[in-house]
Amino acid sequence: MQIYLPIAEVSVNLFLLLGLGGLVGILSGMFGVGGGFLITPLLFFIGVPPAVAVATGANQIVASSVSGVLAHLRRKTVDLKMGTVLLIGGLMGSGVGIWIFNLLSKLGQVDLLVTLCYVVFLGIVGTLMLIESLRALQRSKRKGVVPKRRHRGWVDALPLKMKFRTSGLYISIIPPILVGASVGVLAAIMGVGGGFIMVPAMIYLLNMPTKVVVGTSLFQIIFVTGFTTLMHAVTNYTVDMALAAILILGGVVGAQIGTQIGLKLRAEQLRILLAVIVIAVCVKLALDLLLEPNELYSITRGRL
Amino acid sequence: MRALIALLFTLVLPFAAQAEEEVVAGLSQARVAITADFAGSEILVFGAVKRNSPIPEGSPLQVIVTVSGPHEPVVVRRKSRRFGIWVNTSSVEVDSAASFYAIATTAPMGEVLSHTEDLRHKVTIPQMIRSVGAPKDVPDAEAFTEALIRVRENTGRYVMNESGVILSEDTLFRSAIALPANLTEGLYATRIFLTRDGKVIDTYETTLDVTMVGFERWAFNLAHEQPLIYGILSLIIAITAGWAASAVFRYIRG
Repeated sequence: MQIYLPIAEVSVNLFLLLGLGGLVGILSGMFGVGGGFLITPLLFFIGVPPAVAVATGANQIVASSVSGVLAHLRRKTVDLKMGTVLLIGGLMGSGVGIWIFNLLSKLGQVDLLVTLCYVVFLGIVGTLMLIESLRALQRSKRKGVVPKRRHRGWVDALPLKMKFRTSGLYISIIPPILVGASVGVLAAIMGVGGGFIMVPAMIYLLNMPTKVVVGTSLFQIIFVTGFTTLMHAVTNYTVDMALAAILILGGVVGAQIGTQIGLKLRAEQLRILLAVIVIAVCVKLALDLLLEPNELYSITRGRL
Repeated sequence: MRALIALLFTLVLPFAAQAEEEVVAGLSQARVAITADFAGSEILVFGAVKRNSPIPEGSPLQVIVTVSGPHEPVVVRRKSRRFGIWVNTSSVEVDSAASFYAIATTAPMGEVLSHTEDLRHKVTIPQMIRSVGAPKDVPDAEAFTEALIRVRENTGRYVMNESGVILSEDTLFRSAIALPANLTEGLYATRIFLTRDGKVIDTYETTLDVTMVGFERWAFNLAHEQPLIYGILSLIIAITAGWAASAVFRYIRG
């Protein structure tokens, strides 16, 4: 069954969209990533114009993140205090990111830079996560001993310390704000929530317990993507309500299923799985850049 | 209106005024409504040739039907390899290209229309596309126009059907034009040409109104006229849906 999307002005298969939304929802619930790094390229692939795909993707992520965060809130696996600190940084960062994005659009080649950003960051994050979690899995299999916390000398020396009870941390708020801000910049440029960078940053840079990382990441993604959605709706008129509604319908159901699967798997297994998905998307995007495309020409409506 | 068009043609086309044959035509519908479940449509263009004298001897009568979507500027970009990766390196702006263009004829184009007449009436796909002032840094600007046609032909936006018009008794003709699902809103100019020996002897023009209706119309207008409200509404939908799903799943699990 085909459905005509009013803003995208294309007709697409309804069940394909529901399936896409569902798949991304499952990932969202399992890993606490918004899934933007998957939904946006997939929407390009089925013929939705890139600008609409980016803006509508952000709107869909809001819904699946709300659904996911509520499930986590009931389990008390959201560090609201840490989430708020990250969010403050995140909003500042996304403001800067949108400014950079517009600057790059004027210079041309913004598509290339976005893709390069994807390849580089997905590649780094995916590889680091895979190596770390494989090592953790081996360690726990061999001895069953809790791995030693890394020494964080300079982080401990920073001022403005705050107690984060849920995470069991007593650290300066400067690192979380910096993490939030840099993820915000990248999120705005790449048109994603930034969970795939935020989650590892929280685990490896802030040393937060894996248990609360997912919920906290989802919490701040809601606000960052909500902000992005509004910006796109107001400046570019590219949010497609019908497309978003269908993706959301698939996504919210998927997110609930994903949360259940996530609870059954072990933290290391979850991380390995996410790492593999991240690397796969990275390889696909890298191949698009490296291999000669079938059609060298592309068409955009409008003027230069 | 019809009289005005006839008058215009008399002024613009002195040759046509001399012709003994005139075309009268109609569309199966004057309006195509894009609804949420719009999956393409088909319009029937039909008509007849009006004569005051017997059918002229000699070369056969031919009919061309064109349906053209709204014209808009497009940018065609070409990738090439730089530092090992494929990037957009050159671009050409095409001033005006139809978002959709379909041609149906009674015989192969070469037999139906001469090149001069094509230039005058802009009937074929390459003639329909208007590109003035190719940029100096791109020596092969034609390749970009060709690529535009190729890409749009492959996606079904430009269609050429050289036996798409059925002409019976040299008088009645009809042609079914398929409109794809990916249709853009706007006024679609529908033209009919009668030709003999490659020369246009009469033309007829009408418009087909393609508009979104219902939810599509409402969403499109709101998004463009009240973008902030539209954006907030989109967020409310998202948040409500997320909350509802969470509540429903909790209820299911008890």
